[in-house]
Amino acid sequence: MKFKAVIPRLRYAGVSAFLFLAGCSTEVLNPKGDIGAQEKSLILIALGLMAIVAVPVIVMTLVFAWRYRAGNKKARYAPNWSHSTAIEVVVWSVPAVIIAILAAITWHTSHTLDPYKPLASKAKPVTIEAVALDWKWLFIYPDQGIATVNQIAFPTDVPVNFHITSDSVMNAFFIPQLGSQIYAMAGMETQLHLIAREPGTYAGLSSNYSGAGFSDMHFQAIATSQQGFDAWVAKVKAQAKTLDNITYEALAKPSEKNPVAYYGQVSPGLFAGVIGKYMGDTSLGGQCAGKQAQVAALPSNHTHAKAAE
Amino acid sequence: MFGKLTLSAIPFDQPIIMGTLLMVMLGGAALLGFVTYQRKWAYLWSEWFTTVDHKKIGVMYIIMALVMLLRGFADAIMMRTQQAMASADAAGYLPPHHFDQVFTAHGDIMIFFMAMPFITGLMNLVVPLQIGARDVAYPFLNSLSFWLTAGGVVLIMASLFIGDFAATGWLAYPPLSELKYSPTVGVDYYIWSLQLSGLGTTLSGINFIVTILKMRAPGMTLMKMPVFTWTALVTNILIVAAFPVLTVALALLGADRYLGMHFFTNDAGGNAMMYVNLIWIWGHPEVYILILPCFGAYSEIIATFSGKPLFGYKSMVYATAAIGVLSFLVWLHHFFTMGSGASVNAFFGIMTMIISVPTGVKLFNWLFTMYRGRVRFTVPVLWTIGFMVTFVIGGVTGVLMAVPGADFVLHNSLFLIAHFHNTIIGGVVFGCLAAMNYWFPKAFGFKLAERWGKASFWCWLVGFYVAFMPLYILGLKGMTRRMNHYANPDWQPYLIVALIGAVIILFGIFFTVLQLYVSVRDRVTLRDPSGDPWGGRTLEWSTSSPAPFYNFAVLPQVRQLDQFWTDKQDGVAYMRPNRYEDIHMPRNTGVGVFMGLFGVVLGFALVWHIWWMAALGLAGMVGSFLVRVYDRDIDYWVPAAEVERIERARLAPLQKVGLVTVAVPADDEQKAA
Repeated sequence: MKFKAVIPRLRYAGVSAFLFLAGCSTEVLNPKGDIGAQEKSLILIALGLMAIVAVPVIVMTLVFAWRYRAGNKKARYAPNWSHSTAIEVVVWSVPAVIIAILAAITWHTSHTLDPYKPLASKAKPVTIEAVALDWKWLFIYPDQGIATVNQIAFPTDVPVNFHITSDSVMNAFFIPQLGSQIYAMAGMETQLHLIAREPGTYAGLSSNYSGAGFSDMHFQAIATSQQGFDAWVAKVKAQAKTLDNITYEALAKPSEKNPVAYYGQVSPGLFAGVIGKYMGDTSLGGQCAGKQAQVAALPSNHTHAKAAE
Repeated sequence: MFGKLTLSAIPFDQPIIMGTLLMVMLGGAALLGFVTYQRKWAYLWSEWFTTVDHKKIGVMYIIMALVMLLRGFADAIMMRTQQAMASADAAGYLPPHHFDQVFTAHGDIMIFFMAMPFITGLMNLVVPLQIGARDVAYPFLNSLSFWLTAGGVVLIMASLFIGDFAATGWLAYPPLSELKYSPTVGVDYYIWSLQLSGLGTTLSGINFIVTILKMRAPGMTLMKMPVFTWTALVTNILIVAAFPVLTVALALLGADRYLGMHFFTNDAGGNAMMYVNLIWIWGHPEVYILILPCFGAYSEIIATFSGKPLFGYKSMVYATAAIGVLSFLVWLHHFFTMGSGASVNAFFGIMTMIISVPTGVKLFNWLFTMYRGRVRFTVPVLWTIGFMVTFVIGGVTGVLMAVPGADFVLHNSLFLIAHFHNTIIGGVVFGCLAAMNYWFPKAFGFKLAERWGKASFWCWLVGFYVAFMPLYILGLKGMTRRMNHYANPDWQPYLIVALIGAVIILFGIFFTVLQLYVSVRDRVTLRDPSGDPWGGRTLEWSTSSPAPFYNFAVLPQVRQLDQFWTDKQDGVAYMRPNRYEDIHMPRNTGVGVFMGLFGVVLGFALVWHIWWMAALGLAGMVGSFLVRVYDRDIDYWVPAAEVERIERARLAPLQKVGLVTVAVPADDEQKAA
């Protein structure tokens, strides 16, 4: 397609429009993973495209206002002129063409950047189940059989599959430097797929206001090497604490500024139970009663939260 | 006896609130004392409170909006101060419970009780005059709409001192707003103040649709209507289509909270996503409800002060209508991050960006209205040019956020906050203040002082950029909205700059108040004797300033767009008819005031679960309405002699300068026909 050739230039325009930001480190424009990188370039392309219309409009506003100021008798005055088909055609069609291009980009990127879309990679993904609680994040690693509060770790260059829910009000799970955010809602599972390309500790937060303790509802996301990740898992596993129904109930009570906590063991099916209990299943983490509710709550692995569609 | 209400509902332990209460009480007492001392109660009651005159109702709406602007801005500057202080997890001075109420109240007050009354006030003041009508279609309903809105204001202000307000964010998303997570009366205040004012808004929407469709002057076809009236028509259609959705959403939330139902709860089959959808099905049209009349005002202003007809009138009308239709097809862009499918997200994203086409066309039309014109840099024009530049930036960031892939990292961040303040301050607030400066003479008969108006404009413009550009950057730095405090000290310098911006805006507001004071003081020198202070083009400028209570002694005849401009060119703008006729006018009524009052009683009682009082309030509302229904004495005739006396006094100075022409006697006209 032709416009593809223009895109690098548009990007350049977008970059220069945001040049003043270069001095300060902005997390969103300094991504550390594939999703974030694509979103950054999408932002810059979109801004560059829009600049084609926006910049002339701003310049023309100021120029016309000054040139045709009442005091400037040299400028031509046409007191009855109020229609020009040529101008009308241009002002309708130029924005329409730009929006058509942007719409094509939007359609394409909405699919490639769909948070539910698993990332293609040779590496076996890490699965993390996240539960938003008042006011902390609980993370369960079902494959490793561990759980943590307010901290996650994963290897770089390995896709991370997040399954997200809430056991309270609505929150949003967001690690700005890795890309997309997604809501956490009780009785429902949302999904997010991210990958980190550079090791580091990134800020994670809830980006949807959830009540009094909301401001402290942040977590660390540690991207590290495979060895570093294995060591981290071993460290968590070494903790004697177990996350079962009883410890979970205690943890789920509202609390603020929770420190990082590790659980060496976790009862299986806890995440499904958290979702299931709002779907008519009252036995938290129950395996038998939970089955049917689970089916209702999790339509299938890769479909979306049902009512949102 | 008093439901949940006890003395402990008054937050005696909160020095900020008690200080405010003290000031409100002292200020209120001073105001009441002053009115009593001046013996103005009877005047206020008979001339203002009970009025059904659309111009006076419009003025009352705008006064209410300006007062609420002060309240909403006080909230804003409290938030800016808190965030400028609360770096590196410092506590700041507002604990979360208070801070959360402040940002919720700020949003609700600015949208429902500042912006909405302002544009409703402008439409009241201007629309009947622009279409050559003597009043709106339903004058009593108009008064009722105002007093219901005022009732909502009373309730939301009461929440500051008795009990608390919602700490949920301005749209009160469940499940946070459900009884389980918000057990206090805050959300109930939210529900009932919005229900009361929302009812008023819906009724006024119906009123204006009927007024515009049925009461235009003879000859004024739809495509000869002034653009402001067009935008008012589309806005009121949006109101009538969208506000019932808000009413239903809040009623369902109320059913959850009062009747133990489960529409939006986590459990028992409730689903909060339904509320989020409903509230935005109202909420997105709402932003166009606010901005369209402002677009109309800018159009009138730019044409008048460029000394040219509006460029591309038809384009403008179609663009307005297109925006109105499209505004109902974009609501999902407020929650791309809810987990809808890629195609659903893409559809709503693309629909959203399509709106930027007609909006862009509007900007070009204003540009080409200035082109080859004679632009006078009056206060309304400064606001308009400031808007045109600022709004482009807001539009660009808006379209950016309409791209789901970009929204995934920008949603709920301060980038979003900066974006919508960019459009609402740069579009709606600038538009309201432009319109206030433009139409003020028509309401009061004298112009607003230029100097302080200009000072206000520059403070608002500079203050806006200083306050909100840092928020765009903070959004890109990953700062989310509604944070009471934050760990990252990198953010603090930007928040301090934003606070400075807010202080500059404070000066802007101060200069607007000063402008009003100075203008009233100097009203004699600022007088507008002709009724046409700016060289206007539309019918409202053809009558006197202030307009007589009957607006037009003789209904204008319209043959084309900008009829008054053509009439001036042809020298027939100020025609003295050879004979005046009796004029049929609606009589003032206090029923609207009583229904508003009983509405407050009802709302307050429902908030506090005082059921006998709720019954009393409801009975009072229904009873007052029945009194009105059986009242047969609702109109009167102004005798022709009285009209003639008023018109002679008005035309006398114009006659001296030779502007007045005398109409052909009626029988001659008949012969000619």
